[in-house]
Amino acid sequence: MSIPSREEMYAALAERHGAELQEKLSSASVAVCGLGGLGSNTAIALARAGVGKLHIIDFDKVDISNLNRQQYFPEQLGEPKTEALFDTLKRIAPYCEIKKDCVRLSEKNMKQLLSDESIIAEAFDKADQKAMLVNYVLENIPEKYLVSASGMAGLAPSNMITTKRIASRFYMCGDGVSDIADGMGLISSRVLICAAHQAHAIIRIIAGEYEV
Amino acid sequence: MVKINGEILDKDGKSVSEVLSEMNINVKQVAVELNEEIVPKVKYDETILKDGDVVEVVRFVGGG
Repeated sequence: MSIPSREEMYAALAERHGAELQEKLSSASVAVCGLGGLGSNTAIALARAGVGKLHIIDFDKVDISNLNRQQYFPEQLGEPKTEALFDTLKRIAPYCEIKKDCVRLSEKNMKQLLSDESIIAEAFDKADQKAMLVNYVLENIPEKYLVSASGMAGLAPSNMITTKRIASRFYMCGDGVSDIADGMGLISSRVLICAAHQAHAIIRIIAGEYEV
Repeated sequence: MVKINGEILDKDGKSVSEVLSEMNINVKQVAVELNEEIVPKVKYDETILKDGDVVEVVRFVGGG
């Protein structure tokens, strides 16, 4: 079956979101840094909402241990996450402009790699990497909106997960405390809740709704 | 008095490094905002908190 045209897809989104919001979403560009449980789910939510440009960044390959919470399929094991997620995003939103970089973000390449997008989602899994990205962005490219996440492991209640506005352009999602280092695994439902908080914070920023 | 993560505490005159150490926080897993401005990690030792400061200590934990 042939897929709908760009105009048909846009019209269907505008009907649901309103023309004004859809125009903002279509004009928006978001960088998703890390394509694990947070990033793969956040990127999919943004693509489904009709965000015009996504930049997906990860150095890793799809592993069997990812399948409990990350948006990959068993037949994609071994593929770079950028390639695997690109294929899925293109199936969901064929007219979304997607840039992919299979690279490890560091203080050396971050400014250049994140130059085009106005909103950045921090979606790493290691605490020191999260801190590295957040500190770098806030110190060196403070004009960006930054939506980070910390604390979503284990079985604790959903309602502990919140979105906080730490500074005017810096948001934090998660419960802030549930650490995989404490021996709790990551469970699909709770990671998705946190990813949805990130995606929704981003969509609200795009809409011009900055309060939480 | 200094407001840290919403709590009013007697930390006047202490450096960011000292406060993080008292909170048992690994400096590699934190971001610190002082009055809505990020404090660069290289300035944790020399940044001294004073009366009326508002501090957000964002601690990162693993998982994603």
